[in-house]
Amino acid sequence: MRAPSVSVSPRRTGDHVLSMRGIDKRFGAVRALNGVDFRVREGEVVALVGDNGAGKSTLVKILAGVHPADAGTIELDGELVQLSSPADAQDLGIATVFQDLALCENLDVVANLWLGRELIERGRLDEVGMEERTWMLLRELAAKVPSVRVPVSTLSGGQRQTVAIARSLIGEPRIVILDEPTAALGVAQTAEVLNLIERLRDRGHGVVLISHNLTDVLAVADRIVVLRLGRNNGEFDAETATSEVLIAAITGAFDPVRPVSPPDEPRAPVIPLADARRRVDGDR
Amino acid sequence: MNREGGILSLVLTRVRSGDVGRMPVVLALVVIAVVFQALNPVFLTSRNLSDLLMQCAAMGTISLGIVLVLLIGEIDLSVGSMSGVAAAILTVGAVQLQWPFVLAIGAAVAAGGIVGAVYGLLRSTLGLPSFVVTLAGLLGLLGVQLWVLGDAGSINLPFDSWIVQFAQQMYLPPWLSYVLSAATALAYTATLLSRARRRAAAELESTRTVIIVIRGALLLVGLAGGSWYLNLSRGVGLMFVLFVVLVVVAHLALTRTRWGRSVFAVGGSIEAARRAGIRVDRVVVSVFVLCSVLAATGGILAAARLAAANQSTGAADTNLNAIAAAIIGGASLFGGRGSAFAALLGVVVIQAISSGFTLINLSSSVQYMVTGAVLVFAVALDAVTRRSRLGTGRT
Repeated sequence: MRAPSVSVSPRRTGDHVLSMRGIDKRFGAVRALNGVDFRVREGEVVALVGDNGAGKSTLVKILAGVHPADAGTIELDGELVQLSSPADAQDLGIATVFQDLALCENLDVVANLWLGRELIERGRLDEVGMEERTWMLLRELAAKVPSVRVPVSTLSGGQRQTVAIARSLIGEPRIVILDEPTAALGVAQTAEVLNLIERLRDRGHGVVLISHNLTDVLAVADRIVVLRLGRNNGEFDAETATSEVLIAAITGAFDPVRPVSPPDEPRAPVIPLADARRRVDGDR
Repeated sequence: MNREGGILSLVLTRVRSGDVGRMPVVLALVVIAVVFQALNPVFLTSRNLSDLLMQCAAMGTISLGIVLVLLIGEIDLSVGSMSGVAAAILTVGAVQLQWPFVLAIGAAVAAGGIVGAVYGLLRSTLGLPSFVVTLAGLLGLLGVQLWVLGDAGSINLPFDSWIVQFAQQMYLPPWLSYVLSAATALAYTATLLSRARRRAAAELESTRTVIIVIRGALLLVGLAGGSWYLNLSRGVGLMFVLFVVLVVVAHLALTRTRWGRSVFAVGGSIEAARRAGIRVDRVVVSVFVLCSVLAATGGILAAARLAAANQSTGAADTNLNAIAAAIIGGASLFGGRGSAFAALLGVVVIQAISSGFTLINLSSSVQYMVTGAVLVFAVALDAVTRRSRLGTGRT
């Protein structure tokens, strides 16, 4: 008998999995996010770009449950959700791969993938089950990892990124957030990771890609959302966007030329998350 | 000539890639055996080896706790004092206060648990470095030991008590030593075979049956042959068997349970462990508790072996030798690397050196210097292999 595979169940595509509306976040006197809207569809790669301090990381941390939003709404599959801790976000199917990957270098690939969620059989670690599913997952991602029983310290940067991404898929998340996945990689390894991102899309995950590298973004993203100084500064279709236009939007050299109209759906009224807080913010 | 070159280059490649395993410590044991046997033919006699192993149990048990704290990248410098306190509680309780032995042992072990919990909480909640906390513990517990012993200073355990009998006189009957050898080898082989079968069923790479049977046979020959040789004189000491059982249990807990996996994860990267949802503080406290409990157990065994506890039980060299044994055995000072068997191998090395120098009648000055040199060598190997691991990890 084979253990059930970790493949995705057939899903409707095209629906918005995630809608964030009017997100505000302040850190003391600094207004990191100011009424930011952000949406992700199923099976869509959305790139989030912007200069340093534009609010990319803050938005992603709100999504990952690291910081709570001061105001605004977050809907997952059309339902309002509260993301007050990383565990909340994970339980709701939002997985994040942070830039530092957070892998244990002394443990092997299987151990890292299942860390904290190990399969148990008759009171013992089910090493065979975990290894079997690890292979299945890696094969599905067409990932090139020589062996799943070598310590992560012996793997290349691209392979580590692969392991970290594969790990985020263990709980079958709806949304996978990748924070600068190609920042430290060479050309070949970058290509490998970009292929991996496309495979995530094919599996039906909504992918949020944060990157400074516009070439990578244009190569793999479906839609590109630009943040500037904590506000939305344009949304572009990756088919038609060029790096010049994107750079202009990122730096604010001029207003976005061809903003793609937000996906055709009537804008739902904004439901405040925390009325009191919002008033305080608005009164300022 | 050629073959030597081959072996040497193999060793060098493995050192360079950061995977030396148990090779260096086994090599060290061979060198020690050859040198001391040449200096005094008594060294490898059945009688001497039987005593040597008996001598390993107490310090080895303490060392096992050190392996655990090293695995999470911490240290406990107070294990010697802790063992002294446990010995003092045992003797004062059993002799002066006339408690039943079970109660006295329970009290001594419980004291270890409390001390370990305090260390663990200070480490995990206040973030105090374990080096400083346990250094303070070393001094504080030394005070406790003197206070518990009181004016007596030294207390003898009755020779006819079961605990002293256990530590000094009890050996496995020969037939039982062979039965246990066979049972261990059988259990080992059966485990490997069932794992290989499951892996084959899951279409994963699995060890070939022939290899498994050969490994099981080698283990059987090793255990039964060792038992036979020791049975020529006194036999296999029960206290040594207890120590080996503790090592095996610790090994299974470290490699087969979630707790064990989280211990390695915390030693590898605390941040990664925390983000994976591991309750790091609980792991840290549990490890410090286990370390102090094992130190207390070691103190009890030492007191039983000596049939006495005094103010110098668990003093300087017990403490440092127990820590040295864990490192010599292959537990990394940098955390996340090592095995329960490091305690066994390391303590055998240290006791072999000690026994050898006693046999050739050299003063303890030389013995300390040699042990120190071996320790430096072990730490240097640890550091070099760590650096090459970082080097070969192509980032």
